[in-house]
Amino acid sequence: MANNTAQLQEKTHPMEDLLRMDRMPHIWCSGCGLGSAVTAFVEGLKKAGVSYDKTAIVSGIGCTGRVAGYVRLDSYHTTHGRAIPFATGLKLANRDLTVFVFSGDGDLFAIGGNHLIHAARRNVDINVICVNNFIYGMTGGQNAPTTPLGAYSSTAPFGNYEMPFNLVGIAAASGASYVARWTTMHARRLTDSIATAANKKGFCFIEIVSPCATVFARKNGGGTGLDLLKEFQTRSIIDHEADPTQIPLTMDNEIVCGEFVNEDSPTFWENVQAGIKSQLEKFSNWEEMQSNSRKIPHKTIRKYTSSRDS
Amino acid sequence: MFQKSRLHGEFFMQGDIACAEGALAAGCRFFGGYPITPASEIAERMAYRLPLLQGVFIQYEDEIASMAGILGASWAGVKSMTATSGPGISLMTENIGLGMMMEAPCVVVNVQRGGPSTGLPTSWAQSDMMQARWGSHGDYGSISLVPNSPQEFFDLTVTAFNFSEKYRLPVFIMADALVGHMTEKVVIPPVEELEIINRKYTNKKTEDYLPYDYGKDLIPDFAKAGDGYRYHTTGLTHDKRGYPDMTFECQNELVPRLVNKIKNHIDDISLTEEYDIEGADVIVISYGITSRTVLPAITMAKKKGIKVGYLRLKTVWPFPEEKIRKLSEKVAGFVVPEMNLGQISLEVERCAHNDSIVKLVPHPGGAIHKFEDVLHAIEEVAHGK
Repeated sequence: MANNTAQLQEKTHPMEDLLRMDRMPHIWCSGCGLGSAVTAFVEGLKKAGVSYDKTAIVSGIGCTGRVAGYVRLDSYHTTHGRAIPFATGLKLANRDLTVFVFSGDGDLFAIGGNHLIHAARRNVDINVICVNNFIYGMTGGQNAPTTPLGAYSSTAPFGNYEMPFNLVGIAAASGASYVARWTTMHARRLTDSIATAANKKGFCFIEIVSPCATVFARKNGGGTGLDLLKEFQTRSIIDHEADPTQIPLTMDNEIVCGEFVNEDSPTFWENVQAGIKSQLEKFSNWEEMQSNSRKIPHKTIRKYTSSRDS
Repeated sequence: MFQKSRLHGEFFMQGDIACAEGALAAGCRFFGGYPITPASEIAERMAYRLPLLQGVFIQYEDEIASMAGILGASWAGVKSMTATSGPGISLMTENIGLGMMMEAPCVVVNVQRGGPSTGLPTSWAQSDMMQARWGSHGDYGSISLVPNSPQEFFDLTVTAFNFSEKYRLPVFIMADALVGHMTEKVVIPPVEELEIINRKYTNKKTEDYLPYDYGKDLIPDFAKAGDGYRYHTTGLTHDKRGYPDMTFECQNELVPRLVNKIKNHIDDISLTEEYDIEGADVIVISYGITSRTVLPAITMAKKKGIKVGYLRLKTVWPFPEEKIRKLSEKVAGFVVPEMNLGQISLEVERCAHNDSIVKLVPHPGGAIHKFEDVLHAIEEVAHGK
């Protein structure tokens, strides 16, 4: 017996180098898809070969918002909906970092929707992973911007009557460089997608369709976490050629998965650098630029004396 | 070649631009903002100046994002700033609380305009003073500096960065549209003559580092993203490891520390200017632009033989409680002219001795105090009314 215990203690978790083991067990319910999503994230980072010391993760608020607290990277658990602008600041201030945003559908598309479309528009070099469980889990099952028409939630007791967002459609239409959708059942492909995003420049968006056994399925008759995975298996198809704007998620249609967008377009910072360079090339020094350019604001600042340091 | 663009010398300069130049002189290399009158000139100046200094300027989609963004940049180890006015501050407030909780150094400029709501976009007031202190929910210590001229807008911006770095929190500069849009002589010293304070980085090994461990000064050592510490930080109540801990014990250690790290250093933070305080019967307490508009009233009162002292608060928060308490034992009372309907006067009342009178001279903003009103108040206090 004593020997067995010793053997058990020697065993370490295979992802110990990237998880905060002193914070386990996590708070997520049994049957939740977040465990699979975090596993895919950790495996994806390993596969991508990025430096863990130079990788940061930013989360908002909610069930998925807790991911930052469990992953052993520089990790930031911010306010509700604001993970993307926070991550934008972090990335632009230190361009050597690989920055991931890991948050939920409510955080990123309801309260934080504006930030998502603008970060995609700017093509800021960050990677956004959105775990979509169709509902607000942490607060007890309220309606989300992703809740399918007709689905029940605690704030839609007669069934949801609001049109839901199609997340990949929004990301693609807003200008993201990389857009993919997987379910938590597609563990291997999801891992590959995360590895791709880690090494890809520009705004990368990955939607992870994830089961919520505790609130969404309880209100909508989906069964246990395993039942939901089986449902994902039967309902999902992979079609990389699909138009991301034409594949909304509903209660019973097929879940179209795949890598829908994978483009190379200049990032925010590349555009900034190119724009400044093209302006500066016209002048040999700052004084010349200040006195010649029509576009310089406040060039009328007058000096009392003419001294400037060097 | 474009790095030669750091200014020094004497300039005829707008307040908002002096603020931007002060930030650059202090080492600010990240600005995130959103256009708003009367603070837009700060963003415009930063948009022009930062790229030439290898800094980052980003015009965010709103003020909420701007505040979140400068916190992110702060964690990357870069001095960061945003500038806005009342409506923008209202939007930023939640993330200002995050900055207080995470203890992220940064500077928030509020070029105050008349409120509430959209109020007087192109005109001034001092009606956000209490918002600066209590705006975000929960208890925390905060610092607000109030300039009364473009020169001081420059100087106090440098000071604000120093305080934010030293005490690890978002620091407010509470200017107003009058100071922001005023153009005056501004002297910018060579950068080596400025006192610049940088945050204290940890020298601990990665395995020994606790992001919220603190010493006597109650201020944790900083580690920036990408340095291998792989720490966690959160807006939740957290322990020294930065991990969420929803217990009374943890709350009771963290939140009083956030208040006391400012309170305990009030002697360092509190900046005031005073004239003729000794032997005064009446002391006029003012801050920001009001401190200039009340000067004629003080001169007139003196001509009338009233012993008037002048106390100007450059640091409004933390409030100089002890100073006011001691002064109140010696004087008949205080006159507090401010461009709001009674905010800092409440603080003076709170701190003043029971026997001393505190007279508010209110003003809703959009114009300046009539000197007769201030003079009348001085006379009333001098006569014990």
